[in-house]
Amino acid sequence: MIAESQGFAGYLRRDLLLAYRRRGEVASPLIFFVLVSTLIPLGISPDSARLAELAPGIIWVMALLATLLSTETLFASDYQDGSLEQLLISPQLLALPVLGKILAHWLVTGLPLTLVSPLIGLMLSLPAAGLLPMMASLALGTACLSLIGAVGAALTVSLRKGGLLLSVLVIPLYMPVIIFGSAAVQSAIDGLNWLGPLAVLAAMLSAAAALCPLAIAGALRLVSNN
Amino acid sequence: MQLEGANGAGKTTLMRLMTSALQPTSGKVLYLGRPVQDCRYEYLDNILYIGHQSGVKMILSAEENLRWMSPASTSAAEIALALDAVGLRGYTDVPCYSLSAGQHRRVALARLSTSKAAIWYLDEPFTSIDKQGVLNLQHQLEAHLQRGGAVILSTHQNLPIDGLRTYVVDPHSDIGLPL
Repeated sequence: MIAESQGFAGYLRRDLLLAYRRRGEVASPLIFFVLVSTLIPLGISPDSARLAELAPGIIWVMALLATLLSTETLFASDYQDGSLEQLLISPQLLALPVLGKILAHWLVTGLPLTLVSPLIGLMLSLPAAGLLPMMASLALGTACLSLIGAVGAALTVSLRKGGLLLSVLVIPLYMPVIIFGSAAVQSAIDGLNWLGPLAVLAAMLSAAAALCPLAIAGALRLVSNN
Repeated sequence: MQLEGANGAGKTTLMRLMTSALQPTSGKVLYLGRPVQDCRYEYLDNILYIGHQSGVKMILSAEENLRWMSPASTSAAEIALALDAVGLRGYTDVPCYSLSAGQHRRVALARLSTSKAAIWYLDEPFTSIDKQGVLNLQHQLEAHLQRGGAVILSTHQNLPIDGLRTYVVDPHSDIGLPL
């Protein structure tokens, strides 16, 4: 017998509460993102013309790595304390609570990254025309990354050190996202129409939101069967 | 029904098969005469499973844990009562990581009071519980049986409960469960 509140909204609320309780740990991808980005001008050159050229790509790669860093823990604690097993034997469609968990993950990783990105943009001399496309593409793109990363996290949840395998599994799948994400920013800086790449990102997000929860549900059942 | 068997004989595996957490490679699990795949939600709605890993979240309090694991219709008073019954009065709003192993177990076992499921699957429920707790749990099991519920538990203890049948799990025999 399960609580009716344990569906999409229930898991969203619970994971947000859990994130709030260990907010230091949850904030680390964001801190990683900011700290590593400050290294770029030190390592390359403080020359704003050179930085501006690299900024879209660098910010996107940093965002991708920061998201990847936090993805591994998505199902790990639920797996260890037995909550995942309780979820698997709850009388409901598995995809919905899974989607709730991913949305919570995006709200505590992707969304803060998006909100802090203008600051990083300024630091890396990103031209002003690129700021809004940067935020829009990061908002859509990090949601994609959370969804795709969750598939890898579900497949590697039973491994003690699954982090490296997780990267190998999901980085190839992250490639289209980073291509269109940084293309949107670059187009805006070059004065071209940036809504095209953004629309492709939105399409990828829709497809991922529809398909990834099903893949994750399958992966979790597969893992629990071993 | 009490499952007995040596360590590694397959008590937990059997229980996970019965709760459909595991898919059997051969054979099937029947619920009221129907395979559980055909009436999965109806069946899962009627069972309660407490395994070795009980699903208790360490960074949530006992009360938050129980609220999460109980049916949505459970009132705050019922939650408080259930935690009282397992002897956790005064510990309800402390994060579970500051409780002992026995108290974690008690948080999980408090679900028995709030659940409306008819079939209870309890995997080694007496682990790290003190004598008084064992006695309380026995009374709770007896009360559930008198209400017409079913209990399937694995334990190495001898339980003085009327009507309790013992099934020995032996990996080398292939006798079906006499349910």
